[in-house]
Amino acid sequence: MPLKIIKPGLSTSVQDLGRPGYFHLGIPIGGAMDRYALRAANMLVGNDEGAAGLEAVFMGPEIEFTEDATVAVCGADMPMMVDGEAVEPWTSFDVKSGQTLSFGFLKTGARIYIAVSGGIATPPDLGSRSTYPIGSLGGVEGRPIAEGDVIPIGGGAGKAGRSVPAELRRGPGNPAQLRVLPGLYWNRLTEAAGKGFFEDTWTVAPEADRMGYRFRGGRHLEFVDREQPFGAGADPSNIVDGCYSYGSIQVPGGTEPIVLHRDAVSGGGYFTLGAIISADMDLIGQLQPNTPVNFVKVDMEQSLAARAERKAGLQKIRDALA
Amino acid sequence: MKTRYTFGGDEHIYVEMDEEMSLDAFFKSLSMSNAVREADIPGVTEICPANASFQVKFDPDVTHPDEMLRRVQELEHKAESAEKRMTTRIIEIPVYYQDPWTHDCVMRFRERHQDPEGTDLSYAARINGYDSVEAFIEAHHSQPWFVSMVGFVAGLPFLYQLVDRDKQLEVPKYLSPRTDTPKHTVGYGGCFSCIYSVRGAGGYQMFGITPMPIYDPEQKTSYLKDFMVFFRPGDIVKWKPIDRAEYDRIEAAVADGSYAPRIAEVDFDLEAFNADMEGTNAKLMEALNAA
Repeated sequence: MPLKIIKPGLSTSVQDLGRPGYFHLGIPIGGAMDRYALRAANMLVGNDEGAAGLEAVFMGPEIEFTEDATVAVCGADMPMMVDGEAVEPWTSFDVKSGQTLSFGFLKTGARIYIAVSGGIATPPDLGSRSTYPIGSLGGVEGRPIAEGDVIPIGGGAGKAGRSVPAELRRGPGNPAQLRVLPGLYWNRLTEAAGKGFFEDTWTVAPEADRMGYRFRGGRHLEFVDREQPFGAGADPSNIVDGCYSYGSIQVPGGTEPIVLHRDAVSGGGYFTLGAIISADMDLIGQLQPNTPVNFVKVDMEQSLAARAERKAGLQKIRDALA
Repeated sequence: MKTRYTFGGDEHIYVEMDEEMSLDAFFKSLSMSNAVREADIPGVTEICPANASFQVKFDPDVTHPDEMLRRVQELEHKAESAEKRMTTRIIEIPVYYQDPWTHDCVMRFRERHQDPEGTDLSYAARINGYDSVEAFIEAHHSQPWFVSMVGFVAGLPFLYQLVDRDKQLEVPKYLSPRTDTPKHTVGYGGCFSCIYSVRGAGGYQMFGITPMPIYDPEQKTSYLKDFMVFFRPGDIVKWKPIDRAEYDRIEAAVADGSYAPRIAEVDFDLEAFNADMEGTNAKLMEALNAA
């Protein structure tokens, strides 16, 4: 029995943990921007952590349930109601057939993850239900959900009243600190530009979506002089088109850094100065436009320690709910 | 050619075979990415070959990044000794140059272009030293192209022309990327041509459009039933200029399932090509014309 979409929100889409294996054809991994929040929501309702849920950005949807289900919403701080009665975030609750889940105004963060017992059961494409609108893959007909959609769910019930302890509800600070491992084409920058990138405070630009987050406000980055290699293009920020890493930071023309996210383009002709470490990718998914951000330089061992810490956080949630 | 290894965050190793584009760098990068695939290193989740570089995505919890780097570097000698030849296919792609749809888009984004008074084609012709747009178009389609990368967005091929470097066409990208590009636009940036597989943002100059879909997630197109993406690295392409009537005919044939792209299997040997480019291309064309 499906969910009925009364109001879709701004851009709400079905997402799971993505479709690895096709980036060499330009099809990105996709999946939840904030995987920590999706995993936590799935744990709360008793799903596999990789089950598909709904990702809503800035504005929540309004959903009528046509069967009983257990639901949990994690991620951004956004008030929510079942038939007008407030329910708690990061906590599982029951919704009865005929009831409606709706949301108030966003307070902090950017994206909520709605997990429903049994998971969203739209047909997978290339092994994943994640919606990739550019390539018309996954989700509902390869697009974000729309008013009137009926969305199949796996069914079954979880346990209401389970909650993620407050200290394990991870989100970015303000200003947000995003850790960066310098690398890739870092050597294109002058020493002063490299220093300035980490010293300056940037803010999230309005152009921030699943493909990439743009930042502005820092100093213009200067490049080391060189004769441009054949095939690269004339601008000093150009390279011979190569692959892009997830989380890699390109700075076209040296002006506004763009961090590629889950729906990244797989390659292109702009230099990249390094990448956001894997542990901090989730945090980007929770940044609103105009949020101040500091990029923090780390080395590989620090990146791996942060990765282990994030993993340990998820394990603590598992343990708390066991 | 000097190979450079670097990390992209804690989950990627990026290997740049050469700073500049060449078929030698492409073949070395493809050989090495194949060697990495065959080595089956624990933790590797994606291997993406590009024009003159490739990238390995891996899980650092399975194999430590330093160890992964060491294992990848070890394979470089295999790429150096690999034969630079492949059995591949040559495909004829019809192109309607100066079509009304990309022209409309060219005019809509004029303020983002180096030459707001002209068109993308008149600008490209001028900066490459051609007297007329027609002569430039002929240079674009007279010799075949090599697919040196698939990516950017779903199924988009980057193509490198099989001619001497002094005959390569080069154009910059738009000053600022467009927010729109018609689906199936034949574009150009740096020394690469491309086909936009889907509608969307783009920074390449726009020359024309093909009626032939190259990406179909529903897999309804007759020649995309096995897989939704048409191109793979190493494919060879010959553009065939067509007019509006032919464009409409092919579009209708694609829609009713009767369109079959002209394709021939060929061998491509880089040494033979470097020794005799015109002769090699003539043989490729012979195979295509016999198909």
